[in-house]
Amino acid sequence: MRHATSSIVTARFAVFLLALSATAADLPRFRWDNFTTDNGLPNNRVYCVAVDGDRIWAGTDNGLALFENGQWKSFNVADGLTHRAVLSLALDKRSHDLWIGTMGGLNRYSAGRFDNFTQLTSGLPNDVVYGVSVYGDYVWVATAAGGGRLNTRTHQWNLYNERNTPMYEIWTYGVNAGPDKVYYAVWGGGVLEYDVKTERWKDYNDPDGENEIVLFKDQGLIHEITTSVSYSNGILWAATYFGVSRYDGRNWRNFLDQDSGLPSNFLNQVKTMDGTRTWFSTDKGLAYYDGTNWATYRAALDTHKPEMLVRDESGKVTRVTAETAPAHPYTFGVDFQGNDIWVATAKGVSHGIRITNGDSQK
Amino acid sequence: MTLRRVISGLVCGVALLTAQGEVRYKSPDDLVLSADGKRLFVVCSGSDEVLVVDTATRAVTGQAHVGKMPRGIALSPDGSRLYVANSWSDNVSEVDAATMRVLRTLPAGFEPTGVTVDAAHHSLYVANRLSDDISLVDLSAEGPSAEIERISGGRGASYATASPDGKRIYVSGIYPQPGKFRTAPVTEITQIDADTHLVMKRLNVSNAAGVFHMAFSRDGRLGIAGELRPKNLIPLAHVEHGWVFGNSVALFGEDIGDTVVQMPLDQMDVFPSQPFGVAIAPDGKRAYVSTSGSNEVLILDLAKLVAAARSPLVARMANDLSAASAYVTAHVAVGNNPRGIQLSPDGALLYVANRLDDTISIIDTAHAVVTGSIALGADLPLTAERRGERLFYSSAYAYGHQFGCATCHLDSTFDGLNWDLEPDGFGKDIVDNRMLEDIKDTAPYKWNGGNPDLQTECGPRTEKYFFRSQGFRGDALEDLVKYIQSIPLRPNRYNLPDGEKTTSQERGEGIFNRTAKKDGTPIPDLQQCFVCHSGPHYQSADSVNVGTGKPSDRSPMIDIPELNNVVNSAPYLHDGSARSLEEIWTVYNPQDKHGVTSDLTKDDLNDLIEYLKTL
Repeated sequence: MRHATSSIVTARFAVFLLALSATAADLPRFRWDNFTTDNGLPNNRVYCVAVDGDRIWAGTDNGLALFENGQWKSFNVADGLTHRAVLSLALDKRSHDLWIGTMGGLNRYSAGRFDNFTQLTSGLPNDVVYGVSVYGDYVWVATAAGGGRLNTRTHQWNLYNERNTPMYEIWTYGVNAGPDKVYYAVWGGGVLEYDVKTERWKDYNDPDGENEIVLFKDQGLIHEITTSVSYSNGILWAATYFGVSRYDGRNWRNFLDQDSGLPSNFLNQVKTMDGTRTWFSTDKGLAYYDGTNWATYRAALDTHKPEMLVRDESGKVTRVTAETAPAHPYTFGVDFQGNDIWVATAKGVSHGIRITNGDSQK
Repeated sequence: MTLRRVISGLVCGVALLTAQGEVRYKSPDDLVLSADGKRLFVVCSGSDEVLVVDTATRAVTGQAHVGKMPRGIALSPDGSRLYVANSWSDNVSEVDAATMRVLRTLPAGFEPTGVTVDAAHHSLYVANRLSDDISLVDLSAEGPSAEIERISGGRGASYATASPDGKRIYVSGIYPQPGKFRTAPVTEITQIDADTHLVMKRLNVSNAAGVFHMAFSRDGRLGIAGELRPKNLIPLAHVEHGWVFGNSVALFGEDIGDTVVQMPLDQMDVFPSQPFGVAIAPDGKRAYVSTSGSNEVLILDLAKLVAAARSPLVARMANDLSAASAYVTAHVAVGNNPRGIQLSPDGALLYVANRLDDTISIIDTAHAVVTGSIALGADLPLTAERRGERLFYSSAYAYGHQFGCATCHLDSTFDGLNWDLEPDGFGKDIVDNRMLEDIKDTAPYKWNGGNPDLQTECGPRTEKYFFRSQGFRGDALEDLVKYIQSIPLRPNRYNLPDGEKTTSQERGEGIFNRTAKKDGTPIPDLQQCFVCHSGPHYQSADSVNVGTGKPSDRSPMIDIPELNNVVNSAPYLHDGSARSLEEIWTVYNPQDKHGVTSDLTKDDLNDLIEYLKTL
């Protein structure tokens, strides 16, 4: 296990129990509504969420769930899914078809119909579909045996692996497709970039190699074990199990829990809203970064009481009074619904309802 | 002779013969009527044109040449534009309805078959049969970008209709959705919100393999579609409950409820075969259904039909041969292979496109009689192929006149089903329905290679195992064979325009033609793809055991099938057990008997399949 402490000046910040500060006021506050099996979820272990207007999709360890009109409805193998464990979701914003990555294949849910794609029945590279992303007519998948791209018009599959890309590990964990670039998080293999125009691949790796130390902190990707990528406005974010990296096309900037507001270096997902405002799903809480300040939303790890931790530009950490918290600090992923946020956690789905000034948290 | 008659004669005389000297029939598939009822536009798949018929004089007064094999036609609500789906050109012709000049060509998917106009949004919906999707075309745009979206449709998406208020678009599929082996087929009607372009509902028509034209009541509350309900899971000898097919209509919409209700047209001794075109009278009292295998139009009492559909007993009615007598009020004989039908604005006349007669029948709906016929072309001599085509589409030869060749080989292709044909017990010798394109030189026939020629296949074998009645003999049999031998290969959509191959297709070709495994080990001749699948049709006259036989098969020896356009004909293998090309090798080739594939990576297999798609 890597501990990035040797070359980085570590600062432990005191936590101040203060009323809402000016900095915190600029950061989003939420009232959290949490949903578990008691509310109709098929399973509390929720790997992913996807927002489609007023409809919320959640991928759980035991089926796909849809929150609509205040109720959860479940879909499982008997309904047409290829596997019960739903690992990833992507919404086609044009058709509102939902693409569903499972432990046993890829599925499309389209107006009540499930279409199945498995490694036995289609060109899908592998049945373990960790990540899925849609852009235009293409559906991109990250699987345990490399990446793949389905052309929904011609039904042709292209596979991407060690044979035709710089991917030296083929365990792909996340994918994010944009208009000009497609990024893969390769678990143990850094980040892979596909240029849509030139159709060329490029890899980004940790300049420290596989050493479990950070020798050159902002000179490249923070670690080879990447779990998630998010790309917007020319900015790439890459989450790893050992910190998070931001890349603007020229420069890298890396963030660790020691020198940022990240509650943990163990990240399951990073999701940026616009390249700057970015959310981090970690094993010790949900975090947000606005380009200057940080916030963490969770039940305190010791007292289990709801808390919101704010870290300003100077590094001062403030604990803001909170009445509610996400269902569990172990978070897998988020999606956005206007000013609200939905969070997949290890103990249910959480709906963060944005509190505006003057609103009560209750 | 009036000038109009002279023009009509000239128009009809054009394109009678191809450059090769072959007779070229019009073969009208579908038709639309101008809002004032004065002009009938008829799309002719045989001559690649749209004809204009003056309904007053009943003469052809104009025409426009469009793309190849046009099948669908729609008229813009203002009457100014015609849109024609060119199924072999993969595009839509926009035609000025006044001048019949082709204004432009719009993009579509693979084998566009039906089209409808969404005037409010200045767009088109095009049903693409082979890509199983629906092109949304922006009429304000030009070029390839005019096709702004492909909406996922049902398999074999073919016929498109807008609801009377234009708010909903419906597209029917003619093939069942992909499903598990030996499960009941389900065919889809896709319902799209015209405002959002989103699929609102996928109406599942259960136990159906083939849903055709749709029509709506004027208030839009009732939709009716022609459909086929195959009995492919039981041996064909079981005549009770409707025998081989249930010729039916599917009812849907607010008048019916949330589900699709299927109502039989068959009666104990009358089987109106292959319901295809549908129209509903403006007053909502009657519906009309063309039966393209029986050469009739049925007239249905709508009030009684809807009452039956709302009956508590409706669940049992789909196979009830006593039901239809309550609502089928008349059978009107028309021409050969009636397809699209169109009512005059007042509902007094029904126009019927007789595809294999090159005529339009005119039915006086009040009296349920044909009052006239419009010849679309010169009176051409009937070739053997044309006579054979009529036999192919006719249901007159089967027991009870219930079905014909074309009932399973829809539009001379296939139906996506596997069948339990012989009375040897349930689930024995299951066979997949094979394509008929360009099979002239692919003898022997039948999956066990038991029929040395088409005369055997289509004559005594069909008579004994399919029709269970006197079938085709003598000259009729020869005509039928000539027609089947003339069925062409459809354009392949996966070949690049310049004849080049993609790198993936090239790699796949290398795998198809390899003689050694990756490690250099020679592959035995009979396990090399190109040895068995050889020649222009990628087949041979032998039968081999490739390890795909099932315990329920009498013999594991399988005829080596042709591979042309194999991409279109899922499911695969002799019994249809492989749902996709991939499954042929990922599931059904564990011992490398059906080609050596165990040393292939997933990339290699994908390449092989990309190559197979080009054949």
